[in-house]
Amino acid sequence: MGKLLLIAINAILIENYVLVRTIGCCPFLGVSRKTETAVGMGFAIIFTMTLSSAITWLANEYILIRYNLEYMQTVTFILIIAALVQFVEIVLKKAMPALYTALGIYLPLITTNCAVLGSALDGIGRGYSFIESTVFGLTAGVGFTLAIVLFSGVRERTAQNDIPKAFQGFPFALVSASLLAMVFTGFTGLTLPF
Amino acid sequence: MALLGSLLPPVVSLTVLGVFFGALLGIASRIFAVEADLRVDQIVSCLPGGNCGGCGYPGCSAFAEAVAAGRAPTNGCVVGGNPVACEVARIMGTEALAVQRRAAVVKCAGSSQRAAQKYDYVGYADCGAQHALLGGAKQCPYACCGLGTCVRACQFGAISVVDGVAVVDRERCTACGACVAACPMGIIQLTPYDCDHEVICSNPLPASEVRDVCSVGCIGCELCVRSCAAGAIHMEGHLAVIDHARCVNCHVCVDRCPRGIIRYLGDRVTVVPSLGQGAEDRAAGRT
Repeated sequence: MGKLLLIAINAILIENYVLVRTIGCCPFLGVSRKTETAVGMGFAIIFTMTLSSAITWLANEYILIRYNLEYMQTVTFILIIAALVQFVEIVLKKAMPALYTALGIYLPLITTNCAVLGSALDGIGRGYSFIESTVFGLTAGVGFTLAIVLFSGVRERTAQNDIPKAFQGFPFALVSASLLAMVFTGFTGLTLPF
Repeated sequence: MALLGSLLPPVVSLTVLGVFFGALLGIASRIFAVEADLRVDQIVSCLPGGNCGGCGYPGCSAFAEAVAAGRAPTNGCVVGGNPVACEVARIMGTEALAVQRRAAVVKCAGSSQRAAQKYDYVGYADCGAQHALLGGAKQCPYACCGLGTCVRACQFGAISVVDGVAVVDRERCTACGACVAACPMGIIQLTPYDCDHEVICSNPLPASEVRDVCSVGCIGCELCVRSCAAGAIHMEGHLAVIDHARCVNCHVCVDRCPRGIIRYLGDRVTVVPSLGQGAEDRAAGRT
């Protein structure tokens, strides 16, 4: 239990995917204009990361390792994650239309997102067990959601600002993202007893 | 041979995985297929596809779904006009209805002389920014900020700010609803184009409070309600509201209103100034 907690703190704060490791910046910058859409995207990421971490761990353990194909992790995982998300989307549409309409538009966007793939590869690369790997995927998603929701708040508040023309739009988003990332680097000082 | 030996496992395994997932998705899409109304696709294909939201739905496909489900009228697409309405009615198998042209109206006449100021606003020339400060610079909580957020939202150049109040040129207005969504005060409405008059006020507060803040705002005296032979006017709070479905354009209410706040909209159509003029207006709103 203690180790799971450490994994969670590590994934959410210390090694926050977007802000510390700069993985998965595309949706982070793309759909952070409004808090509403940022939350939707965050939940879609949590959902996909948890699911893909669990499934890829099983695939790695029972298919790749058994047949000595570990070197094919990356390509296999992309295939698995993409197919999995599509499959879940089809099932959700039928079984849970409410959840589908909430996550539906975001799911196809992140099927092959690098943060999702990264969490799957990282969990396995660090030798986590099945439970640990799943928790890592879940909390990495929570970390992503935290980052994107915080950032959308910044962008909403600065939307009306009188920004010099050269900095309007994307440059300003990048500068504010980097400031937010500097805040998160403060967590790297935390040393967890692994 | 050694090359083939090392090439075979990845190729075979990926092919197997690919075929497996392909089959899985194929089967899943059959098992979990959602019965879709075929008419939805047909309706979508005949709509303009601009996703302007003028029909009141988030986009063309949402409107098509609503029509197919019987929740929206077949003549709801204002941009497509009568040809699209006929086509949609044909798909739905109902009688074609003419599109009712609508136009926006800013329901405030509180120009800078008429409406009392709460404070002098110095800041970004944006209604949302001013609204965030104590609900706007005018004392009336339902007053037009006049900083032209709707002017910038309008793609058709149909809105201008005159004397601190936004005014819509109803000839140019296509009823897309962009200004309605942009206005932080929520005082822009879409009304039938044919209906000539409107209460140019949104303040439902009683007369005592309205008189303090505005020299023209509706005081809820109900003279118009009593004078209207068609019974088209009712009160919402202390604000007169015209039911456009019943209004017969007889102008009695316009003449009867002691505040002159029920206006003949033909008079409110102003010539939209050039872009340079609009920029000056905004600069004026800023200082």
